[in-house]
Amino acid sequence: MSDVQNQAHAVLEGPDIHRALTRIAHEILERTKGAESVVLLGIPTRGATLARRLADRIAQFEGLKVPVGSLDITMYRDDLRLRPARPLGRTELPPDGIDGRTVVLVDDVLYSGRTVRAALDALNDVGRPRAVQLATLVDRGHRELPIRADYVGKNLPTSKAEKVKVYLEETDGRDAVLLIKEEAR
Amino acid sequence: MRHLISAGELSRDDALLVLDTAEELARVSDRSIKKLPTLRGRTVVNLFYEDSTRTRISFEAAAKRLSADVINFSAKGSSVSKGESLKDTALTLEAMGADAVVIRHGASGAPHRLATWVRGSVVNAGDGTHEHPTQALLDAYSMRRRLGRLEGLKVAVVGDVLHSRVARSNVLLLHTLGAEVTLVAPPTLLPVSVETWPCQVSYDLDAVLPKADVVMMLRVQLERMNASYFPSAREYSRRYGLDRDRFARLHDDAIVMHPGPMNRGMEISAEVADSPRSTIVEQVGNGVTVRMAVLYLLLGGSEPAIGGTA
Amino acid sequence: MNTILIKGAAILGGDPADILVRDGVIAEIGDLAGTAAELTVDAAGLVALPGLVDLHTHLREPGREDAETVETGTQAAARGGYTAVHAMANTSPVADTAGVVEQVWRLGQEYGHCDVQPVGAVTSGLEGRRLAELGAMADSAARVRVFSDDGKCVSDAVLMRRALEYVKAFDGVVAQHAQEPRLTEGAQLNEGEVSGRLGLNGWPAVAEEAIIARDCLLAAHVGSRLHVCHVSTAGSVEILRWAKSKGWDVTAEVTPHHLLLTDSCAESSPVGPYNPIYKVNPPLRTEEDVRALREALADGTIDCVATDHAPHPVEDKETEWGVAAMGMIGLETALQVVQEAMVDTGLLDWAGVADRMSARPARIGRLAGHGLPIEAGAPANITLYDPSPRALVDPSAMASRSRNTPYEGMTLPGRVVATFLRGRPTVLEGKLV
Repeated sequence: MSDVQNQAHAVLEGPDIHRALTRIAHEILERTKGAESVVLLGIPTRGATLARRLADRIAQFEGLKVPVGSLDITMYRDDLRLRPARPLGRTELPPDGIDGRTVVLVDDVLYSGRTVRAALDALNDVGRPRAVQLATLVDRGHRELPIRADYVGKNLPTSKAEKVKVYLEETDGRDAVLLIKEEAR
Repeated sequence: MRHLISAGELSRDDALLVLDTAEELARVSDRSIKKLPTLRGRTVVNLFYEDSTRTRISFEAAAKRLSADVINFSAKGSSVSKGESLKDTALTLEAMGADAVVIRHGASGAPHRLATWVRGSVVNAGDGTHEHPTQALLDAYSMRRRLGRLEGLKVAVVGDVLHSRVARSNVLLLHTLGAEVTLVAPPTLLPVSVETWPCQVSYDLDAVLPKADVVMMLRVQLERMNASYFPSAREYSRRYGLDRDRFARLHDDAIVMHPGPMNRGMEISAEVADSPRSTIVEQVGNGVTVRMAVLYLLLGGSEPAIGGTA
Repeated sequence: MNTILIKGAAILGGDPADILVRDGVIAEIGDLAGTAAELTVDAAGLVALPGLVDLHTHLREPGREDAETVETGTQAAARGGYTAVHAMANTSPVADTAGVVEQVWRLGQEYGHCDVQPVGAVTSGLEGRRLAELGAMADSAARVRVFSDDGKCVSDAVLMRRALEYVKAFDGVVAQHAQEPRLTEGAQLNEGEVSGRLGLNGWPAVAEEAIIARDCLLAAHVGSRLHVCHVSTAGSVEILRWAKSKGWDVTAEVTPHHLLLTDSCAESSPVGPYNPIYKVNPPLRTEEDVRALREALADGTIDCVATDHAPHPVEDKETEWGVAAMGMIGLETALQVVQEAMVDTGLLDWAGVADRMSARPARIGRLAGHGLPIEAGAPANITLYDPSPRALVDPSAMASRSRNTPYEGMTLPGRVVATFLRGRPTVLEGKLV
């Protein structure tokens, strides 16, 4: 992991992430009055993992099985033409769908807001939720669209020259959030 | 610029990327709103020099589901029938700003030539007796969906290999993906150099069938009969047709494929074509999905993610 | 008095010598330092060859002046070091009467870039049904001796037999385009690995070989001369070798492109796959065929190199392979290709080149005044060639009206520096005079 040796330092370690998710799970329960009609939809890849973790937490606290799924937004991105076509992530909706539900979108990092905009478009094509909320592990600022998160694990002031990288046990073998200072190129 | 002209120019990773992308896109086909905004503002031209309604509609549906603008340009009733050259047509399409040209043409190699005259991506929708790469991709996709794998799969491709673009593309692609292809045909309908192809060859359908996981029947053009490739339709059907008796000799999980259109009663009997182990109808649906994947991977980004240079 | 002094030329690649030309005839050869002449050409480092003779050129006039004319075609010939070309009969109208062959012959005389010797059609309109008036063409001012339906095969065995017999009366020769028509219906490319992969209709070697075998037997049977055009396969070479071993009067030619290029050009080349610039009749064959053809030319089984210079306008080549015209131009690159394929490979020396590109084709065509050794008293038909440079082939610099050279994007050795037709320079310093 070369970026660790580089100008990277961990802003969140495993236990911090654990605590942040626990808090978000509690907040979701509180705000949605018991999460009765909630559907958690993660944005692949790491958002989907976080959504499953949140669902597990809620199940622990309340014994309630919140429907969880994933929503790939690749085909809805507005920056597709800036990079070569990329492989698609998975869209997997809960069997009962999202109509009339409160959808909580889950992503790892909230930055420009464009991913969330794409997710709102994608949601529009797969159903009609009663309300849509947004949960993110890290909010690093620099919004380019009028979008804000309802649940934030950590607000992280960054400069645009920095990169935020989220590692999760399921996909990366460990839990951490790294702040990487890009070398001036 | 990159194109999809031959199945041979797809690497294993490219081919799997198409199949995996199609797998995800298949989920879109199941929902009520099938349209994706991905190719909004892009123009796809269907340039068809041969009548092939099913292939054209398949590409058209694929492009429209990705919100591309589609222009259908068929040889009949256009300047093409007045003798305009392929090059002049290409320059016209170029001037219209075509981001991709899907071409079906009776001359082998026409897509290669087209690719030298247009800047957009060229997708080969069947050229002469050369290739039909999206058909091979949809066949591979259909096999993987039904049988769960491609690696090590035993595929018999039966019929007029000599004139078949489907056979050429399938041999190349399935070889890349690790399947074992056996071509089965009378010697007159095999190219003289077939032993240099990455596959097995047999003249004896009955010897091949019991081992096959997939039997792909090729359409036999009846005009071949007049050119003495075989003595009669009856004899062909008896030696190389897939009828009930032969079908019974397949193992239980084996599937039957046909790129269509079929000559029922000639290369395939009606009850085999309509059996649950035939994928012929789902091949059509899979065609749209796979072509969406191809168009997305060629046009969805700043540059194509698959394919070769012409 | 008209005198030219060519200084320090390596005649047939030998030691440098000076050549003095007077009134169109070679007057003297040797160390001629101090000799004065109206024109002195420094030929140091250049090879002097007898003016080249092409047995197989398509000048396209009359009929397809958009592709080539007698004027541009003979300019191309001169640039390629030729002093005489045989103009094929498949023009429009076909050169099947004394009138047409005389017209072509006169045009050649008029322009004067090289001698034009018309070839007469074997059958009326190249239709393969009735003999054309072979005797009238032989007796005309054009003095036709070579008869060919080139582009089409005289496939009817009886007609071929009659033609072979008939031309004996005036020492003519039938030059056969060996292509069994049924075996090559819709054929596009040599039948083999490449045609199979590309899905192009195969053009089997046997379609050529079967006709050559038949015609050798016919020629032997009636005791006539047979010339085989553009031999392209190893099997054809075997048949010719056998026929010659019998002492039969059979000659054969090979084109420069069949000595260098293979069918793989259709699959990968500097100008892209399926580029019909490589579409030609007979088709490009395989490595093995190229090897056999080179050996056959070296050992004399194949008598000569003939260009089959076949100009086509751009629109007939910028198409799909299947509808493109067959043929490639070759006059301006022939000697370079022969150097690449035969000389630089050690198969032929310059004396051999002179034999295969000048002496033998002149003899087969019964062409007086050409193909003679460079020696005192001979007509001064001389080509000066510099074998040392190596350059990218530039189609746009060619004199031919057409641009369908298969060597675009390739480099070839050598350069024709000067050509003299009966003592008159047609090309000097690589440029037309």
